[in-house]
Amino acid sequence: MHVAQKWDTGFGITTCIDKKGVCMEVRVANVRKEFDRFPALHDVSLDIKSGELIALLGPSGSGKTTLLRLIAGLERPTRGKIFFGDEDASQKSIQERNVGFVFQHYALFRHMTVADNIGFGLKVRHGPSRPPVQEIRRRASELLDLVQLSGLEKRYPAQLSGGQRQRVALARAMAIEPKVLLLDEPFGALDAQVRRELRRWLREIHDATGHTTVFVTHDQEEALELADRVVVMSQGRIEQVGTADDIYDTPNSPFVYGFIGESSSLPVKVENGEIWLADRPIGLSAPHEPSGDATLFFRPHDVELLDGCSGCIAGTVAASRRVAGTRRVELEIGGERQRVEIELPVDHPAAQKSRVAFRPGRWKLFPAA
Amino acid sequence: MTTAPAQAGWRFRQPSVIPGFGLTLGFSLAYLTLIILIPLSGLLWRSAALGWPEFWAIATDRRTINALEISFGTAFIAAAVNVVFGTLVAWVLVRYRFPGRRIVDAMVDLPFALPTAVAGIALTTLYAPNGWIGKLLMPLGIKVAYTPLGIVIALIFIGLPFVVRTVQPIMEEIDKEVEEAAATLGANRFQIITRILFPGLAPAIVTGFALAFARGVGEYGSVIFIAGNLPYKSEIAPLLIVIRLEEYNYPAATAIAAIMLALSFVMLLVVNLVQTWSRKRYG
Repeated sequence: MHVAQKWDTGFGITTCIDKKGVCMEVRVANVRKEFDRFPALHDVSLDIKSGELIALLGPSGSGKTTLLRLIAGLERPTRGKIFFGDEDASQKSIQERNVGFVFQHYALFRHMTVADNIGFGLKVRHGPSRPPVQEIRRRASELLDLVQLSGLEKRYPAQLSGGQRQRVALARAMAIEPKVLLLDEPFGALDAQVRRELRRWLREIHDATGHTTVFVTHDQEEALELADRVVVMSQGRIEQVGTADDIYDTPNSPFVYGFIGESSSLPVKVENGEIWLADRPIGLSAPHEPSGDATLFFRPHDVELLDGCSGCIAGTVAASRRVAGTRRVELEIGGERQRVEIELPVDHPAAQKSRVAFRPGRWKLFPAA
Repeated sequence: MTTAPAQAGWRFRQPSVIPGFGLTLGFSLAYLTLIILIPLSGLLWRSAALGWPEFWAIATDRRTINALEISFGTAFIAAAVNVVFGTLVAWVLVRYRFPGRRIVDAMVDLPFALPTAVAGIALTTLYAPNGWIGKLLMPLGIKVAYTPLGIVIALIFIGLPFVVRTVQPIMEEIDKEVEEAAATLGANRFQIITRILFPGLAPAIVTGFALAFARGVGEYGSVIFIAGNLPYKSEIAPLLIVIRLEEYNYPAATAIAAIMLALSFVMLLVVNLVQTWSRKRYG
C-alpha cells in the first residue's frame, strides 16, 4: 500500500505515485548480516514509507553502510528479507533491483563524458527497454538541468569539482528511474561550505522527484536537518527511529542521548521516587522509576542556576571555555569529582565563581547498566 | 625589469624552490648522451659511410627484407598474444586470493632474470620434433622449433612480464565502487568488463604491448636457438647483423641496424601518440 504524499515545492510537483511508479516503500524484515562470522547487523527491522527521506545515522562501525548496501543488493543478508513494495527483493540481483546508488567517492566512470556517465544505465539495457540514442541524450541533458550542471555534457569527470562530480553521480543514479535512491555518505568527501549547499539542494531534488531516499551519514546535523525521519544506529542495532524532534527531545536510550546533540550525565540513585546524588537529594522527583542506581542525562544548555543549595547539583568550576555565544563550564561534582558540562550566558557571574549550583530543566533517567 | 616578458613563447617550467634542477637535468642529459645518443649516432654515422645506392641495395635485398619481416612480424604477433594472456594473468593475480599466488606472482618475473640463451635452449628442447611438446604436435603436422612459430613462442616467453607488470598496478588501482556503480545501473558482468574495466586499462595495455614488442624486436639470445636460422625463412634481423659482422661487413651490418632503428622509432612514436591521446581523454 502506497501512501500518497503531496509535496508542495516550486517545481510544480504532484504526488509521488503519479510519477510513473518510481516511488516505492521499502521494508527491512529481521535482517542479520555477518562478515566472516562477525555480526555487522543484528536482527534489524525497518519500514520506510514511500517518498520518504530517511537518514541512517551512527558512528563508524554501527552497521549503517551495511544496511544501505543490503537494501541495494551489494551485499546479501545472512538472514531476513528485504521487500520493495510487496515484492521480496532479497533474491534479486543488484541489476534487477533497480536502485540508484550514490557513493561517497562518486565512483564516476573516468573515461566517459558526463553525458555518457548519466546515460550509461540506459545504454546497457537490452531490447525494447533500451531507449534510442537521441532519447538517452535528451534525458541526460534533462537530468543535468535538474542537478544544475547544464552545458557540461562534454566534460570528463576529471575536469569537475568534487561537488559537481557528486551531482553527476546523483544524475546518473536517477537516470534509470530507480525505485529507491540510496546515498552512502554522499557529502562526506566535500568541504563544509559545499556540503551545506548540496544538503539543501538534495532536499529540493527529493521534494521535486519524490523518490524514496535513504542516505547514510555520521553527521547528526545533516541527518536532523535533511531527513523526514532519522534512524539512529549503534553496534549493528537500530537504537531509535523518529523525526528530528523525537530523537532530540525524547531519546530512548543512553546512547541516543549521548550521540545526538550535547549532553551531560551523572550517576545517581533513586530512592522512593526521589533522585539522590551521593548523599544528597537534588530536588528532582521520579515517582515512576524503580529504586536503585541510575544515570541522569540532561542537556548542558537546559539548566536552571540556583543561588543556595538545598536540593540541587553543586560543583566547583574546573574549566571554562567560550563557545560562540555561550560559555561552557566544566564542574567537578561531589567527592568523586564527577565532571559535567553546563552552559552559561557569557555575562553570567556564576561563570567566575568557584562554586556553581544548578538543577537540570529537562532531564531523563536511565537505569544503570 | 626583473621578470621575463610574459609573451615569451618557450620557457623552462618554473622549477620548485627545492634546489637541484640544474644539477639533475645536467646529469641526466650527460648520461643519456653517453649511454644512448653517442652509440646511436655512431651507428648512423657508420652506415652513412655507405653510399646511398649501396645502402639501398642492402635495404632492398631479399634476405634483409625477409629478416626484418620475420623480426617485426613475430614480435608483433608475440606482443599481441602477450597482451591477451598477460592481462589475464594480471587479472588472476590482482583479483583472486589463492594458495601459491605469491609464487605465481614471482614466476612472472623469471623471463626477466633468466639468461635468454637458457630460455632458448629450454624451449628448443621442449619444442624440437623429438621434445616433450614437439613430439605431441608432430603428428598434428605442427612444427614449432626451427620455424617462425618457434620464434613467436620464444618472444612470448620473453615478453610476458612486460605486459603483466605494466597492467597489474593499474588493475590494482581500479576502484571496486566503480564496478558496483555499474552493477546498480543494470550492467551485467560482461558489460562491466568491456565498458568499464577495459577502457580504464587500455593505456596500460598499450604500454605493455609496446614494451613487449620492442623487447621482441631486439631479442637475440633465446631466438637463435629455436629459430633454426634458415635464411629467408627463420632468420631474424639481429642475427643477420651478427652474420654481417662476422663477415667483417660493417657497413652492411650498420645499414640493417639503422633500418631497424628507424622502424622501431616509428612504432614507438605511434604507440606514444596513442597514449597521449588516451591520457588526454581519460585525464
